[in-house]
Amino acid sequence: MTPTTNTGTETGSAKPPGTGAGEGRDEVVLDSTPGASATTPPTPPAAPPGLRPVELSRWAWRQLTSMRTALVLLFLLALAAVPGSVVPQRDVDALAVGQWQDRHPALTPLYEALGLFSVYESVWFSAIYLLLMVSVVGCFVPRLRIYWRGMRARPPRAPRNLSRLPHSRSFEVDGPAPEALERSVQVLRSKRYRVDSADRLGDGGDVAGERGYLREAGNLLFHAALLLVLAGFAVGNLYGYKGGVIVVSGQGFSNSLSQYDDFAPGSMFDVEDLAPFNLDIDDFDVQFLREGPQAGMPVDFSADVRYRERPGAPERRHDLAVNHPLSLDGGNVFLVGHGYAPRVTVRDGEGHLAYRGPVIFLPQDSTFASFGVIKVPDAMPEPLGFEGLFLPTYGFSMETGPVSRFPDALDPVLSMLAYRGDLGLDTGAAQSVYELDKAKMEKFRAGDGGDFRVDIALGQTKQLPDGAGSITFDGLDRWVKLQVSDTPAKWLALGGVVLALVGLLGSLFIRPRRAWVRVTRRDGRTLVEVAGLDRTPGGDLAEEVDDIAGELGARRPEADERKMHP
Amino acid sequence: MTAQDFAALSNTAIAFAGVVYVLAFLSHLVEMTFGRRVPTAADRRVHAGEGTAHEQSERPGSVATLPPTTTGAEVAAVRTETFARIGVALTVVAALLHALALVTRGLGAEPARVPWGNMYEFSVAGTFGVTALYLLLLRRYRLRWLGPVVTGFDVVVLMLAVLLLYEDAGPLVPALNSYWLVIHVVAAIIATGAFTVGGMASLLFLLKQRAVAREQQGRVRGTGYVARLPEPAVLDRVAYRMHAFGFPIWTFAALIAGPIWAEYAWGRYWGWDPKEVWAFITWVAYAAYLHARATAGWRGRSAAIIALVALATLLFNFIGINFFFGDSSQHSYAAELIVEHPPEDRAYSGFG
Ligand code: HEM
Repeated sequence: MTPTTNTGTETGSAKPPGTGAGEGRDEVVLDSTPGASATTPPTPPAAPPGLRPVELSRWAWRQLTSMRTALVLLFLLALAAVPGSVVPQRDVDALAVGQWQDRHPALTPLYEALGLFSVYESVWFSAIYLLLMVSVVGCFVPRLRIYWRGMRARPPRAPRNLSRLPHSRSFEVDGPAPEALERSVQVLRSKRYRVDSADRLGDGGDVAGERGYLREAGNLLFHAALLLVLAGFAVGNLYGYKGGVIVVSGQGFSNSLSQYDDFAPGSMFDVEDLAPFNLDIDDFDVQFLREGPQAGMPVDFSADVRYRERPGAPERRHDLAVNHPLSLDGGNVFLVGHGYAPRVTVRDGEGHLAYRGPVIFLPQDSTFASFGVIKVPDAMPEPLGFEGLFLPTYGFSMETGPVSRFPDALDPVLSMLAYRGDLGLDTGAAQSVYELDKAKMEKFRAGDGGDFRVDIALGQTKQLPDGAGSITFDGLDRWVKLQVSDTPAKWLALGGVVLALVGLLGSLFIRPRRAWVRVTRRDGRTLVEVAGLDRTPGGDLAEEVDDIAGELGARRPEADERKMHP
Repeated sequence: MTAQDFAALSNTAIAFAGVVYVLAFLSHLVEMTFGRRVPTAADRRVHAGEGTAHEQSERPGSVATLPPTTTGAEVAAVRTETFARIGVALTVVAALLHALALVTRGLGAEPARVPWGNMYEFSVAGTFGVTALYLLLLRRYRLRWLGPVVTGFDVVVLMLAVLLLYEDAGPLVPALNSYWLVIHVVAAIIATGAFTVGGMASLLFLLKQRAVAREQQGRVRGTGYVARLPEPAVLDRVAYRMHAFGFPIWTFAALIAGPIWAEYAWGRYWGWDPKEVWAFITWVAYAAYLHARATAGWRGRSAAIIALVALATLLFNFIGINFFFGDSSQHSYAAELIVEHPPEDRAYSGFG
């Protein structure tokens, strides 16, 4: 269905002010015309009738499917969406929810009870859109029936007095009346009217035309398509999943639950269904602007990926970048972030190798000053811990202390504090790898009693006080944050919106209208009257009436002779 | 010319465009003061049908050859006409400079790109959208009464953009580097322009309706700008047209192009991010407006108010979200980092 009926679009036609049909009048005429107005919604009765259950439910149903209720529900939907943009949402940013709750311990239970941390899954939000959908269906079915009837009805007969319609012209033509009538039929047909020329009165007669039937079809399509969108959205949410994982460059990832850092499955998603692909990040490349006012902004970053769709499948390569995801059967892989993973070696007080490898540091700001911790539970005689910053381009000032001057690794430095004691790993409680539980740890002190700082550039080693061990900054890797997700039925949602848009265009820009021509013989002359009626507000009907009249042989009217209806 | 030259030219052009918009606005102000009389029924016809006055002044030397019976009203009508035309002509000049500023802004970045990558550029592009729409539809819908509002709006927004939002030209952050940026944002800008012009018409409709009501009660006789506006029905119709034009484009921008791009960039087509939430709210609000126009008891005043509320949600999405929610929205133009530092990065807990 395309809205290409020759009616022109809203923006496509010139019209002088004051020539559109008065809307109020339109409606009155509409309602009094038989078979008219599929667009007039059912009006709810003023007050509920007696309490008989059947009547009550019918009344309730009519209320629910009334235009006014739809309007109120639309408002409520808009309003209900607001809190989700103000209160942090669990599905969007779980950490922010935690931080918010720490800051507002009093409000948290209330907010929790109201579902304010997951507004879009909350009962009340769902209730509003489900009611709206029920209302759409309730609206849709009767309108479909009316539309079907209207489609097959003949154009309504001409009103008795054509000159009382908003736009009309009357003029005389040469030639006999039947010829003028025949011509009227042709003209209206050529303008895509559905034509009915039933009443023949003596020599003359009436021709009735109607067009723009697709407007209501467009409107129905639009509302039906909304249901499709909702269905697609629901399936995507229920059966989809989204997970995030940080992979250090040079390492790999295989798509199973245990590998994810965070994982949010839809409530119907079965973890067994995770597509069995695996991949290796061979290389990661990022370029920052070196100079100019925007220096430090990344211009490009991409990861060189080797992957197999399933174990044993042929190995392929992909250049993973922002806006260039890796699309696999059952999951798409996106590059959503990156950062640094300094490689360190920690030796304990007994000289043994206690830890060696890359440690993921999380960027804190656009300079990529990154925060991270190193936990060394195996160190003897006591476990060791480090907490602090990685600075890709080291800088220092008295006010700020150590900072990063540039996001690229031009002069990388680790700047940390060191601790010893119980890391708290044995309590059984889950512990973040990005936090050091310092409750039972003791900070190393420098000779002057101040904090002992580990400030080491690439390649340097620092001995801890009291011969407790040493830490070496061996090298630097980068990591990438991958997001893996699968949203089934996204084509349904997309198709739904596209259909809705097509329907909308038809609904907004197709102009249903009626036109009548009446031919009468009077005193041996042929009198022609042309009149039109817009069935939607704000048409360019005057021009159309003039056009029809012109093709039937009337002179072009002077602008000010035209019948004006301000 | 080097990129820096283009960027400098862009800044100069926007400054000149601002000055010319001010002149256009002043010209429309003068036009309004000439019209600052109670229009009688007779001369209301003269300007209501603009056509009449229009044709008069198109006759060469019309001012000099006015017949001796010329009334004060007619002289005023001709003067009004002259200043109105100057106002429109200046607006055209300003819009050309404005367009130049946009093009050179794009060329001023290395590599050249579309000129809407941050809030400053979005403001400049958005005001251009409003102005271009106004000029394109000026004749067709006889929108000259919008002149003072559009030019005044341009002056204020451009001034705020230059003073508060200015950023030097530079390349796009990688997340914005996609042709969906072009499609999505162009659609959003056009829709925003249409909604803004529609909102202006709705606002004027409310003012005019009130003035007409007062006049009918015989309390106040209208003078000045509002008295010279077209009938409420005309204003309402223009408002509807603009909204009806904007709504499908907004649907496309916010509910088709946006999600497709989000799917490419972030792997989810809809994530209830604040920016998306407010785009959705705007969409629902305009759907409510269209419904209100078809609902008895809601058309007219209530519908116009809904349109203004909807416009407020649109502007809030642009201004409010960027400033108040800067770091929690992936869409924020104001935050320097878009993908480099997504919120999830801070969200590791548990399993690691
Ligand atoms: C999800 C909720 C809904 C949305 C987003 C929505 C949106 C729209 C839009 C954008 C239009 C404008 C098209 C036009 O002007 O022709 C429209 C028209 C219409 N809608 Fe809805 N609608 C919704 C629900 C409903 C419901 C529940 C009803 C039933 C009461 C309804 C009945 C109508 C009718 C009768 C029209 C035609 C108005 C006219 O002839 O101008 N809609 N709708």
